[in-house]
Amino acid sequence: MGMNSQGRLSTPAETAAVAEHKTFTGNKALQIEEPLIFEIGRNEVTGVDIDVPLDFKPRLGSHRRKQPIDPPGLSEPEAMRHYVRLSQKNCAIDMGLYPLGSCTMKHNPRLNEKMARLPGFADVHPLQPLFTVSGAVELIAELGKWLLVTTGMASVAMSPKAGAHGELCGMMSIKVALTARGETRTKVLVPESAHGTNPATAALLGYKVVTIPAREDGTVDPASVRELLDDQVAAIMLTNPNTCGLFERDIKEIADAVHEAGAYFYCDGANFNAIVGKVKPGELGVDAMHINLHKTFSTPHGGGGPGAGPVVLSEKLAPFAPVPYVRFEGDTAEFVETRAKAKEHGDTPFGRMTAFHGQMGMFIRALSFMLSHGCDGLKQASEDAVLNANYIRASLQDLMSLPFGKRPNMHEVLFDDSFLKDTGVTTLDFAKAMIDEGYHPMTMYFPLVIHGALLIEPTESESLASLDLFVATLRDLVMSAKRGETERFTGAPYHSPRRRLDETAAARKPILKWVRPEPATAEATE
Amino acid sequence: MLACIGVKSIDDLFADIPEVARLTAPMDLPRRKSELEVERHLSRLAAKNVPASDVPFFVGGGAYKHHVPATVDHLIQRSEFLTSYTPYQPEITQGTLQALFEFQTQIADLTAMDVANASMYDGSTAAAEAVLMAHRVTRRNKAVISGGVHPHYRAVIRTTSELADDTFDILPADPMGTKDILSRINKETSCVVVQSPSFFGQLIDLQLIADKAHECGALLIAVFTEVVSLGLIEPPGTQGADIVVGEGQSIGNPLTFGGPYVGLFATRQKYVRQMPGRLCGETVDADGKRGFVVTLSTREQHIRREKATSNICTNAGLCQLAFTIHMTLLGKTGFEKLALANHAAAVKLAEMLEGIDGVELLNDAFFNEFTLRLKGKDSEAVVNTLAEKGIMAGVPVKRIDPISEGVGDLLVVAATEINTDEDRAAFAAALKEVLAWA
Repeated sequence: MGMNSQGRLSTPAETAAVAEHKTFTGNKALQIEEPLIFEIGRNEVTGVDIDVPLDFKPRLGSHRRKQPIDPPGLSEPEAMRHYVRLSQKNCAIDMGLYPLGSCTMKHNPRLNEKMARLPGFADVHPLQPLFTVSGAVELIAELGKWLLVTTGMASVAMSPKAGAHGELCGMMSIKVALTARGETRTKVLVPESAHGTNPATAALLGYKVVTIPAREDGTVDPASVRELLDDQVAAIMLTNPNTCGLFERDIKEIADAVHEAGAYFYCDGANFNAIVGKVKPGELGVDAMHINLHKTFSTPHGGGGPGAGPVVLSEKLAPFAPVPYVRFEGDTAEFVETRAKAKEHGDTPFGRMTAFHGQMGMFIRALSFMLSHGCDGLKQASEDAVLNANYIRASLQDLMSLPFGKRPNMHEVLFDDSFLKDTGVTTLDFAKAMIDEGYHPMTMYFPLVIHGALLIEPTESESLASLDLFVATLRDLVMSAKRGETERFTGAPYHSPRRRLDETAAARKPILKWVRPEPATAEATE
Repeated sequence: MLACIGVKSIDDLFADIPEVARLTAPMDLPRRKSELEVERHLSRLAAKNVPASDVPFFVGGGAYKHHVPATVDHLIQRSEFLTSYTPYQPEITQGTLQALFEFQTQIADLTAMDVANASMYDGSTAAAEAVLMAHRVTRRNKAVISGGVHPHYRAVIRTTSELADDTFDILPADPMGTKDILSRINKETSCVVVQSPSFFGQLIDLQLIADKAHECGALLIAVFTEVVSLGLIEPPGTQGADIVVGEGQSIGNPLTFGGPYVGLFATRQKYVRQMPGRLCGETVDADGKRGFVVTLSTREQHIRREKATSNICTNAGLCQLAFTIHMTLLGKTGFEKLALANHAAAVKLAEMLEGIDGVELLNDAFFNEFTLRLKGKDSEAVVNTLAEKGIMAGVPVKRIDPISEGVGDLLVVAATEINTDEDRAAFAAALKEVLAWA
């Protein structure tokens, strides 16, 4: 039986036969089996009209393509059907509660989409003369201001493309700030409950990652941090609220200890959505923090991206923020694009994170969300998210197991798998059975500090009725597991477009693209 | 709800926040606005910008104005695509996964490489990741970066390399790719990074550089910023490239002032386990039906943590989907026609501009972008004057590469299928006038 490195099953278990009413097409009513475009498209078909002028002499030198390209085309109606059918095999927030912990699957208001498509935003080029895009620069500055006020920080680097890219930007600022002090430090402290991106980022910059063990209650103990601090520690990377859904209550003490040791405090802001309007990270001693606009400020997740990860910085790190940035002289905003230009102002940016200016399309959507909510609505969103998560905890704590006792959590609630002990049902089975009930499963097997973790984040978007149905469903599933109805779980999902998929086989002999089948030869058919 | 939870007020749930830091007053920001008010506010900002469609438009330099069929934007706005997340649960995300598999196949085909990943943030960050990957493969840490690579890409590679404690040899701007790069490649070189069409629009013979790199045990990283070029010019994969990275914005995605875009990343089969980013692979489900999953995750940060090949988590999901849909609508026939239409637009424009007094066309081979020397004139000033006349003329090299010498009068001009004969005539007439006066 295949297992991956987290000890979770990756091969479908033997399952009981499902009563099947076979159809001629293999379709199940509205669920249409859809081949790959390479199997239905044709080279000569195109769904786009393009006029090619013939009255010109190519100037390609010797570089004209000799090997023909091979992607097939579909007509417009064929392409429309193909991708609509594919879309119908996807679960989405717009279809139901999507409690994927740590990912913040909240409602994406369509006003934001409409605003991002205004020609004055969507149809402007990053290298047009700046006086023809003053409104775009103004928007970046305005969003920057909202981020600074909500976080209580000194400066913001807008260009990072996603959360992990923001982490890289923040940690680069820290590394450069140390260099400016004439220091080279070698270690970064990361709690064991951290997102995988934290240690990966630190390692990318050449730091040795030192793991901080979690305290019994799921938070970080300032004493363990102090024990690990020395003059080689460059920074601590701490998520707050942390990945167990708990607020690090000793955060100020930890920040003070870190600063006393001459190190910096990087806060992973993935869970900022729990505390907007309730506390400013700047007041907690944070030196750098990225903000996932696609989580906290509801830019759509888009099947995995694009994200946006602006980084707010403390006074100490502000001079090192990368280009480009908006600089204010009184009320006049200047868009500083190069290091050379920055030096004229006496700034010392560490470099550039990306071509152009960052995820403008996401900036527009995030600002639209923030303006719609205002200071009062943003605070209420945090409160409602926390309220909803606690309601789920309180409604399930008698049946499911809480690793850190029955204490309030923030915007997400973490269960372990001890409630499944002796049922023959694993966390993975449990999650897959939720699929049959019409729910996207919660985050599983993360954070790594908890055995068989189930991390539920309902967000503020859910109504009480929606939460109640979700709770009732989970209660039914737990009771069913405890009654020994293991088939409901081990063979699940039964009703999704695909049953459990063989991840082990996929990794053993990776098939990463479609390959045209060899035409059958006479010998082969004999 | 509070009674069920067993607390008196919402604030009780926030009790772990240190009291001194708790916010008691509202934040110093405006209160909530109605949908109408927000729309007014943002529309006012948008109205201050000049959209590319409103003027004769010739700005490229890594982002290109193309026509995107209406079908594309409609499809990517379907709830099931727009509001889904990373396909962690493959049974209920086959839509996203199958589109990823189609995308990977399309990119591998266009670049003539073995495998492509499920997208990076953009071309520039993909280039920086490629350099890091070359270091892992060769166990060397010195990259040689050609002077024809986009200045922003060079800056991103430089920043990453500097802070990852790697070394680099970045050549100054090299408009026609004539500077000697071969002698810079030696046994310490991890990779050579070359862009074709270059930032200056010049088509470069990659095979020559690949041969020298391979002779020294280094990898060739081929970069492009205009993916449409692959419909007409020789792909990097047949010229010895080991890693190919590029910007995919041109297909399916609007300009949006620089992002979000879609980074393309392809390599040889033997390096697949050193790749950064997400990969989608084919498998079967419990009923033996074909399906797709995220695979080879043991390279990735959520499993490998500090030993991962990259810290990347998010990809360019929706932008990648837009690419795939637009590419599917084009197909081989449409894509080749689009490439040809772009080249034709550039040739026609070049013929009109190179005849103007005080203008020298530097390129001898180009696709849809070329470089003009405005003999001694400050190209940024010329561009600004033309913009005041309602013509977006191109990218003044000095604006994004203030360090290299002798680029103050260089202007990079892009032409695409959106340009009309009238656009070209207006540009030529205005340039002639401005140069005569300046």
